[in-house]
Amino acid sequence: MLIYLRKRIVSSALPLVVVIVGVFALARMTGNPASLYLPLNATQQMRDDFTARNGLDQPLLVQMADYFGGVFRLDFGQSLRTGQDAAAMALRAFPATLQLAATTMVLAVLLALVVGCWAALKPNGIADRISSFVSMAAASIPDFWLAIVGIWVFAITLGWLPTSGVSGASAWVLPIATLLLRPFGVLVQIVRGSMVSALSEPYIKLARSRGAGELRVVTHHALRNAAAPALTVAGDLTVGLVNGAVVVETIFGWPGIGKLMIDSILQRDFAVLQAAVLLTALAIFALNILIDMGYALLDARVRPVTVKA
Amino acid sequence: MQSSLTEPPAAEQLPADSRQPREHTKESKQDGKLGLFRLLLKDRFATASALILVVVGLTALIGPALMGDLATKQNLLFANKAPFTVAHGWEYFLGSDSLGRSMLARLVVASRTTLSVAVPAVAVALVIGSLWGVWAGYHRGWRENVSMRIADVIMSFPSLLLAVVVLYVFSPSAANIVLILALTRIPIYLRTARAESAELQSRTFVDAARTFGAKPSAIIVRHVIPVVLPTLLTLATLEFCYVMLAESSLSFLGIGIQPPDVSWGLMVSQGRQYLQTAWWLSIFPGVAIVVTTIAANVLAAWLRIATDPAQRWRLALPRKRLIARIPVKETQP
Repeated sequence: MLIYLRKRIVSSALPLVVVIVGVFALARMTGNPASLYLPLNATQQMRDDFTARNGLDQPLLVQMADYFGGVFRLDFGQSLRTGQDAAAMALRAFPATLQLAATTMVLAVLLALVVGCWAALKPNGIADRISSFVSMAAASIPDFWLAIVGIWVFAITLGWLPTSGVSGASAWVLPIATLLLRPFGVLVQIVRGSMVSALSEPYIKLARSRGAGELRVVTHHALRNAAAPALTVAGDLTVGLVNGAVVVETIFGWPGIGKLMIDSILQRDFAVLQAAVLLTALAIFALNILIDMGYALLDARVRPVTVKA
Repeated sequence: MQSSLTEPPAAEQLPADSRQPREHTKESKQDGKLGLFRLLLKDRFATASALILVVVGLTALIGPALMGDLATKQNLLFANKAPFTVAHGWEYFLGSDSLGRSMLARLVVASRTTLSVAVPAVAVALVIGSLWGVWAGYHRGWRENVSMRIADVIMSFPSLLLAVVVLYVFSPSAANIVLILALTRIPIYLRTARAESAELQSRTFVDAARTFGAKPSAIIVRHVIPVVLPTLLTLATLEFCYVMLAESSLSFLGIGIQPPDVSWGLMVSQGRQYLQTAWWLSIFPGVAIVVTTIAANVLAAWLRIATDPAQRWRLALPRKRLIARIPVKETQP
């Protein structure tokens, strides 16, 4: 188990490093922030001072070494725009996104389990139709458009919900509904598919012939075996959820990490962008490890198999 | 050529292999195409989807020419006219925007921009990803490992963020959007092609070709790719939806297509501030996106069954019986 985990950690850490280095290099290529932050009539002397003060005159490799050194000392530098600590800004925005993403994922998994099992038990029933409709919608409807339709119908026409902001429970409804569509649509098909194949296994027949009730058969016997594929996909979906979060946070004015990243890119705020990206990459990395652990706990066959494929 | 000499025996030795490509002679190839077309006509939904895609494609091809300067002609007298009336002329049937430009004409012009990003992006990713994947899967070993690691790296980071960063560094021109979308989607084809080709390279007909001394490149081109191609084309149809949605998202965030060019995603974004007074500005382009992607999705689902010899018989049945016979719908890859 430990060897398996170590292998997974090493193989997941590589993307982490590549992403940080890549984003660092790309962010440096966006142009000199001096022209953005200093007044138009700034002298060359002032520009040089600004560049030197922020270490932008060093060779790229030195800047990167400084940056990585800073990361280990938990020092991400200051925001060029507000002068605040970049790590603090990213950490302050992080919980808002985390709450949004976690609520969405928990809801998506629960809903997908219920609807997926129901659909698997009764092919062509209501749940089956709902699940095919939702997964088709998930693959076809752009999330920003869904959010706008939601605002148009529920906020503007009906006036039930606020158009943006984080105040009160009603402000959560539209962002979560928008984010929910894609993971739910994919998961419900996965759960349904693996439940159908799990329900036709001999051990289900055995459980039934021993007099287990339908509910127990589903929850104790079939679901446990059907959960592994859903778990794997849930990991990929969470990465995709960050995509959705950027759009949703922009539309609904949600003060999360997605909005922070877009803002910092548009304002050439290197330090904040890197802190935010590093935090996101770390969160995805940690999540992948958690999913691998859960997977290994669920499915004994995975453990001895190495990543070699 | 060595490979063409070795091929007929390789094909004849394994008549029972269901995945062996049958399209070796000209006649059987044409027969297969016709059969596929006839199968398509049997499925109402798939036919409708194919028709929609053809109409969208034609609109993008010749529509802008037919519209002339209607899409850019401003007429403040007709600003924000509501849709579904021909009182102001047919060109305002779908309403007009805040500058009095015809929505219909703008939608038609935007269809070309949208497709001219989505189609090349899918094509580039399909060609590079498939060739790379087939090559990696055929050779196994370190080539496979390195390729898979690269795919992991690209896939493990939110693609939209990657595109956001890259498009901000390099100016958001249509060519750059195509490149970044292709780059983030290459791993999908790479993984699929690798898996299929790794499985195929141990099959008997590939072994036979190898025994006859065919070069790896010849085996890949003549024996592996024809078998993998249907799967990859189905995947590409599905990916068309994803890429179209991604382009729309980027344009919506302001880092995709830039004004004065116009794409469906950009139109949704521009209409957002008029949502209270002129809902059609945001809603119609979205409907155009949704209709196109649903059509591509339905067609991809049909293609997946139609190009799989083991499942094709299902499409020959009448639809009612078909539904009753399929217990498991294929899940998305």
